[in-house]
Amino acid sequence: MKQDKKKKRNFKQWIPFYLMGLPGLIYLFINNYLPLAGLQIAFKNFSYTKGMWDSPWVGLKNFKFLFRTADSWIMIRNTLCYNIAWIILSAIVGVTAAILINEVVGKLKKKFYMTAILLPYLMSMVVIAYLVYAYLSPTAGLFTKWLERLTGTAPAFYQESKWWPFILTFVNQWRNLGFGMILYMSTILGIDPSLYEAATLDGATRWQQHKNITIPLLIPTVVMLLILSLGQVFRSDFGLFYQVPMNQGALYGVTQTIDTYVYRALLKNNDVGMSSAASFVQSIVGFLFIVGANKVVSKLDKSSALF
Amino acid sequence: MVNTGKGWKVVANIVMVLCSFLALAPFVLLIIASFTDETVALLNGYSYLPEKWSLSAYEYIVGQASMLGRAYLMTILVTAIGTSVGVIITALLGYMLSNKNLPGRRFLNLYVVFTMLFNGGLVPTYIMYVKTFAVKNTIFGLIVPNLLLSAFLVMLVRNYFENSIPQDLYEAARIDGASEFQTFFRVALPLSTPILATVGMMMGIAYWNDWQNGLYYLNDAGKNLYTIQNILNNINDNIAFLASNATSGVNLADLPTTTVRMAIAVVGILPILVLYPFFQKYFAKGITMGAVKG
Repeated sequence: MKQDKKKKRNFKQWIPFYLMGLPGLIYLFINNYLPLAGLQIAFKNFSYTKGMWDSPWVGLKNFKFLFRTADSWIMIRNTLCYNIAWIILSAIVGVTAAILINEVVGKLKKKFYMTAILLPYLMSMVVIAYLVYAYLSPTAGLFTKWLERLTGTAPAFYQESKWWPFILTFVNQWRNLGFGMILYMSTILGIDPSLYEAATLDGATRWQQHKNITIPLLIPTVVMLLILSLGQVFRSDFGLFYQVPMNQGALYGVTQTIDTYVYRALLKNNDVGMSSAASFVQSIVGFLFIVGANKVVSKLDKSSALF
Repeated sequence: MVNTGKGWKVVANIVMVLCSFLALAPFVLLIIASFTDETVALLNGYSYLPEKWSLSAYEYIVGQASMLGRAYLMTILVTAIGTSVGVIITALLGYMLSNKNLPGRRFLNLYVVFTMLFNGGLVPTYIMYVKTFAVKNTIFGLIVPNLLLSAFLVMLVRNYFENSIPQDLYEAARIDGASEFQTFFRVALPLSTPILATVGMMMGIAYWNDWQNGLYYLNDAGKNLYTIQNILNNINDNIAFLASNATSGVNLADLPTTTVRMAIAVVGILPILVLYPFFQKYFAKGITMGAVKG
């Protein structure tokens, strides 16, 4: 009896904490958990008038239609290829930049470099699309006009898909360079300075020091980030693929990803069936990848895992 | 001691100068383009050294104050409301989760983390917000979906409350008879300004930059609610947007569209450009704290 009373009082003592967390928990319930019920739309012939629950089931029809189109393979190929290429490239570029900025002596100089290089990361993709447009616009682009003056003609960048794998890769690396640099820099700063002192005494060159100390000690972080980004391989940066190519139909072959497809099918073509099927595949496969990646990470280093 | 790494320093500085130049150059071009004379811009293209400078793009913007001014106010309003509400509920939830003895803590942690791993995707989210919550063409459509709380930031705050504030301080406050809410507001919050600044800045930038909620949840009927980013997005989609939404009847042909679009973009990023150097350290800190768990 007494025990019981004590427990009750204990529980009462926690109520203020639960109340504090409540608004956030409710928000997550609405924004993240309620939509999960909507996953069933992928298996239904959805109509806005009937709503989610009363629309008739159609089995796998939406998926059959989706995978019969060439679009489905193009968007999956684009999503996976860009992601994999960029994950590897970002690691190399980020590590290189981090090592180099650590060589810079002078607090002010370092701060200037960091501030400048991180700036693009703070910009919205709409603004980035404007920046790219300033160089590539068919009527007034800086590069377009240069090329016209030099060679007489300039490519119509927004009409020719062959340029875009490179443009998108450049824009992606340009935007994320500062982020990657700071990320790896913090790991380098955590390396015991006595290792470098000892190496210098032994007569090791700077290059040898980086090869034998910095890079080996960075590898666990790099591997961890690689695996975690592989977990995201089915998601793409909607803004980059939608805004930067200015939503140009002629470029869809190399700019369509799962996210842009889902958006276009849902809001431009009103094709809820195809759209929800693609969205469903992305959610489920994406989840499996993340859980898989996290399993691998927690095997390697428990503290780096998400859960 | 021949190898002091002098060569490395030189190379590092050269590469960093180049990278900084690459990072800044497009912004410089954007700003110069907005101050270029329209006919010169059309003839020679955007250029770092235009033959003729002009303020006409900005004069045009001032003339369109009712559309652009309203959009600017919308951006400020959405950012202010979203960020303040967001920071408060993030801090409260983080504080709750930071309590090691809280019954059900494991479950609640998982409940939050799971949202980072799995989501229903755009289609169910969109249909729910539009059908069940009727946010289409309302200001809620700009503030609520996806941006108000991020599990990732909750985890950052939780870790800060857990590791960077001595737990004895909470105990002391409780022994002094402070209620849990008083402890939170008088002890935990004042001690956590660095993390709150980081979280606030990240959310503020996310709201200021957001165009996706406007793209999904606003259409022509809700164009009074457009933020600057939505206007920029619409100009991108269709340059005629500028003419058809001008305050007084304007012909598209008369509009200095080549330079005006750049001027609007400049106005849109101005606050970030001005404030960013002051907040840079909080932002960099946010990235390092998130390190692997980004």
